[in-house]
Order: sequence, then C-alpha cells, then structure tokens
Amino acid sequence: MHELGISRNIVAIVGERAAGQKVLRVKLEVGRLSGVMAEAIRFCFPLAAQGTVLEGALLEIDEPEGRGLCAACGAEAALAAPIGRCPRCAAPSLRITSGEQLTIREMEVQPCA
Amino acid sequence: MCVTCGCGEGAATVSGEAGHVHTHADGTTHSHDHGADHHHHHHAHEHDLSVPGRDAQTIALEAAVLGKNQALAERNRGWLAGRGVLALNLMSSPGAGKTTLLERCIRDLGATLPIAVVEGDQATSNDAERIRAAGAKAVQVNTGTGCHLEAEMLERALKVLKPAPGSLLMIENVGNLVCPALFDLGEAAKVVIFSVTEGEDKPLKYPHMFRAADVLLLSKTDLLPHLRVDLQRMIDHALMVNPGLRIFPVSAYSGDGLDAWYGWLRDELARAAAA
Repeated sequence: MHELGISRNIVAIVGERAAGQKVLRVKLEVGRLSGVMAEAIRFCFPLAAQGTVLEGALLEIDEPEGRGLCAACGAEAALAAPIGRCPRCAAPSLRITSGEQLTIREMEVQPCA
Repeated sequence: MCVTCGCGEGAATVSGEAGHVHTHADGTTHSHDHGADHHHHHHAHEHDLSVPGRDAQTIALEAAVLGKNQALAERNRGWLAGRGVLALNLMSSPGAGKTTLLERCIRDLGATLPIAVVEGDQATSNDAERIRAAGAKAVQVNTGTGCHLEAEMLERALKVLKPAPGSLLMIENVGNLVCPALFDLGEAAKVVIFSVTEGEDKPLKYPHMFRAADVLLLSKTDLLPHLRVDLQRMIDHALMVNPGLRIFPVSAYSGDGLDAWYGWLRDELARAAAA
C-alpha cells in the first residue's frame, strides 16, 4: 500500500509549485503498468491533501493502457502486465512503450488576490 | 509517515542516529528526536476559498511523482560510486531467506571483503543483530508503517554506517514483493530473492518486482527434493517477465550455487572500484 506515500508526494510537489495559491484541480497520469493503483490514489489523495492548499481539490486521473513493441517481429501488443517476452513470437525483445507513466500533468489554481 | 501534514519527513527511524533540526515554513526552527512522543506541529493557515474577479489558471507541470526520491537516489549513487562501494538492493517477500543468505555470505566472504549491511524492517532490530553476530557492520532502519525503503532513508543510514571505500553494501529492503520495486535507492543493482517454496508462478503474479530486478537468487534449493516444483519452470517464468535477468539458484544451507553468486559479486566489486 504505497499509494498513501505516493499521494503525499503528489501533494508535496503540487503544493510547492502552487506557492500558497489554492489548488482547484490536479490531473495525473497513472499508467496501468506503473505499479500504482489509480483507485488507491483516489482514496488516499483527500487524506494527504487535508490541511494543505490542495484540500478539496478535484482529482483527475488518466490511466493509459500497457503497450509493448517487439523488436524481433514488430508486433505491437496491448499488455495487462509488464512482461518482456513477445506474446506473438516469444522473442525476449518486447519493449514497453506505454503504461509506466506516473506523472503530474497539470494543476488548476485560484490566483491569490 | 505523517498523513496529517504531508510533510516530507517520514516516521522511519535509523538506529544510531541522533536527533535532527526541523525548520518550518514560517521560519521557526527546533530540534527533536524520533521518540515515542514524536509528533508534528501544525500551524493554521487561512486561505480565501474564492476570490471574485480572479480566473482559475491551469498550469502544466509534467512532474514525475517519484522525482524527489529519484533525485535523492542519484545523489546516493554518486556518493557510493565516489567511494567504490558496490550497493545492492535485496528484495523479496517476507521469509524468502534474505537474512540467512546474508549471514552465509558474511561468513564466507567477510574475512577478505568488507561488508556493511542496511537492514530494513517495519519493526525490531533482530536482523541487524543477526548480521552483527555474523561479523559485519549493520544499521537497522525501521520504517514504522512504511512498506519499503526510500532513498532518503538510505542517505540517513549511510551517514551512520559509513561503509568503507571498496566495500560491499547490502541493503536488505522490507520484505514485500510490491512497493520496493518502485523506489530507487541509489543501488548499483536490484537483487530479488525468490525461494523455491513460493510457487512456480510467483514471477507472473508479481511481475513489477521481477521486471525491476537485475539479478534473481532462487533460494532454498536444498528443499527441492521435498517439493513438487520444477526449478526450470520458475526460471522460465522469471525470464518471461524479464529476459535480461541474471539467475543464480542457491542454498545458504548446503552452499550449492554460492560460488557462482560470489563470482558475480567479485566481478561487480572490481567494476565499482575501477569506475
């Protein structure tokens, strides 16, 4: 259950960049192969945001699916798990091209008066 | 971890570490240790929830969520490389035999090779005591409720442990096959320990860990005659997730396979010293 610590990181990074301004919305990208559960972030985020400029902020999460590209046969495959062997030709040449994202994309702030 | 204020200071304790100085955003500074009565100080801040006439503003961030840990890990990596210390991050589920393998390694190699150990557990200093009894320097990091080590904890542990130049630093992570895979500590390589009693399909069930690892130690091979498991299938499953894994089947009790693992350690130490 590392999502609480990760939510705390998100609050710290956004809070620092907000520089005292009230944060209304935060948009994240949490890939399906990132090892982080978007659902658990949704649960933990309000706890981590309590008492900070992010309290009450709307949380939006994009969850890009896992994708891999095989260097041997050129197959592009959707991946449910981070594997390294091509599901089509079995070569150990599958490179993950998407799904490992764990990024804060943007935030919306209410500028100070 | 402090859920209430989300401040960067964790509740992890490092054995042998003195109290520290803490500066608040409002400029007040005080020092404290991390005893049982440790608590954070909260200061009330007033914020206007709505300011008429001001439009909300969207700001692109593109910030890596684990960026701060990554930056600290790179700093640790530089500190270790500058001293020719080979740091390995040892990860496994609880009970896979990390500490037993370390004890054996210290007894076999300790006379010719300085070894220092960082022991990560949620609670107790039992493992650090076992390591010291085996003859190596050790520092215990208790993560409290934390389920993994982070780079900042290793940085604090290094200040206490002060591993000798050219030594081998074994970092025994909290027993957990999930979270430690996400947090770079600044190690030269990640080593996952997977015991033969854990089931052939464990690499498929916990792919993130096996994907993140550089080396796999298949431990407790002395038990194979008593089990209905196929060692080759375990290896195949691990390679399906991570075709680049270096795999060493070992037994800390019989000693089988340890020479190959020690050979890898010596090669990597020579590489760390030459870098």
